[in-house]
Amino acid sequence: MRKILKIEERFYRVLMFLSTTFIGTALFVILFSILRTGLPHLSWEMLSEIPHGGYYFGKSGGIFNAIVGSVYLSLGSSLIAFLVGLPIAMFINIHLIRHTKFVAVIRFLLDLLWGVPSIVYGAFGFTIMVFFGMRTSLMAGIITVSLFILPIIVRAMDEVLRNVPKGLLESAKSLGSTNSEIAYVVYFKQCLPGIITAWLLAFGRAIGDAASILFTTGYTDYVPHALNEPAATLPLAIFFQLSSPIPEVRERAYAASAILIFIVLTVSVVSRILSCKYNKNKINF
Amino acid sequence: MNWLKIFYNRKLRNKIHHSWMWISLGIVFVLPMSLFIGLMWKSAILLNQQSVFDLLFSSEWKPMAGKFGYLTFIVSSVWVTMIALLIAGPVCLLTAIHLTQYAKSWVLKIMAPVIDILAGLPSVIFGVWGILFVIPLLANHIGPFFGKSVSGYSILAGAIVLSIMIIPFILNILIEIFQTVPKELSEASLALGATRWQTIKFVLLKKSSAGIVSAFGLGMSRAFGETIAVLMVVGNVVHLPSGVFQPGYPLPSLIANNYGEMLSIPMYDSALMFSALLLFVIVLIFNAISRLIILRSSH
Repeated sequence: MRKILKIEERFYRVLMFLSTTFIGTALFVILFSILRTGLPHLSWEMLSEIPHGGYYFGKSGGIFNAIVGSVYLSLGSSLIAFLVGLPIAMFINIHLIRHTKFVAVIRFLLDLLWGVPSIVYGAFGFTIMVFFGMRTSLMAGIITVSLFILPIIVRAMDEVLRNVPKGLLESAKSLGSTNSEIAYVVYFKQCLPGIITAWLLAFGRAIGDAASILFTTGYTDYVPHALNEPAATLPLAIFFQLSSPIPEVRERAYAASAILIFIVLTVSVVSRILSCKYNKNKINF
Repeated sequence: MNWLKIFYNRKLRNKIHHSWMWISLGIVFVLPMSLFIGLMWKSAILLNQQSVFDLLFSSEWKPMAGKFGYLTFIVSSVWVTMIALLIAGPVCLLTAIHLTQYAKSWVLKIMAPVIDILAGLPSVIFGVWGILFVIPLLANHIGPFFGKSVSGYSILAGAIVLSIMIIPFILNILIEIFQTVPKELSEASLALGATRWQTIKFVLLKKSSAGIVSAFGLGMSRAFGETIAVLMVVGNVVHLPSGVFQPGYPLPSLIANNYGEMLSIPMYDSALMFSALLLFVIVLIFNAISRLIILRSSH
């Protein structure tokens, strides 16, 4: 009996080990297969120039417009989501700390919103656009994406603020601070690394999502100069170029995916470094 | 210098913060409602002409003739989602047990960033990977192995790409659930002479069974709504799929593929908005049930 149990355990442990390595290998294979195909086609021209005439038939040019468009879009939307999201997270954890039922309802609602697919936000953004008579523009994209990342950023900041010890809140209150001072002086400082990480997470989501901006941002070969102009974005640039029958254009799509991977990895590494560095200044109880 | 007063007047500052906070919270409460109403408003034109039952259970898709049957797309979506879950589910479960029960600290140190990065990769990257790696694999190796000549753009390709995408999502929830199971329970079981694996099987998995089911439910609804990555590899042919090597056409791909011509054909925009509404409602129901189960089991 004992022996059978041992064999069973060993069998499952091998399976577990295999599935863990499977996940690790999957990431490696994804990064390796894209970088191997994309990096040889990456050039300074691709990074720094907008598409010239005949670009989509394999002539010269780059995807500078898409890089700039993506950065504008995700900076704008993550800023809006931050400005709306931070007060909500503070509200849940400071003002409503005693109303646990209400907080549970808010968290439930945020979780539901998090689960809504980005294409639904895209379709919704499109209906708003039609309703207000707007054209496809950077502004419409920023609004749609900020709605999409709002629940993500709030829940991420909420997880951080949740772990602040209650003693900090009590002592700040007993010294006579107003709620806004507790929020933006005490809690904000205490959780700064976590808040930055949450913002970076939202930024990464915003820069990588294609479905929500498909309807709203449009596509252009020029760098946008105003909020009411359409803008190109990296994910859509990859998507459109990959559906081309011309091999040169497709190779550029692989190079563009390498750029996107590089941006996302940088965001991830920076958020890790930041959270390690700033955690030293935290008050520990 | 009126605005400077704001910085010196603590009460005023507090008031501004307070009202801004309420407005922000209002957005969260209004958003789901307005999502529903906005999509409903657009799809009302279609719903006035055809009953929901006809729309859902007819497979006739002829936008030019004004015939919209969603069965093909729903069936494709269900196929892709189910196969993705079949692949991702066991892998996630085994890995979650491994990471929370057995793994040494160096394994955790490697796997934490791996899961993070995998979760943060944009969906279009998964799509590119699908085209570069999964499609050739299916066309050159797996297809011939089953004695079929396939192009690779198929339901199976979409499901494989999707399964890798939802793995970090399900895994994170599972790890969280396993960590909330009280240690005393496992210790009691071990003290009674059960082996480590018996403890996992009869204590950990039993205690968190509801959580595991709902984690899979959440992963499923995530897979159901995923757009770009699936769209790039699934083939997009409007016909009722009868095997995993055949191309499919899931609901999100339908919306994303046709947005360009949707204003040129009458009722087409309404039909596409209805499919977005359908997606929204299905995902919302799945999510709500799963979240409620998690909430209930954690109390």
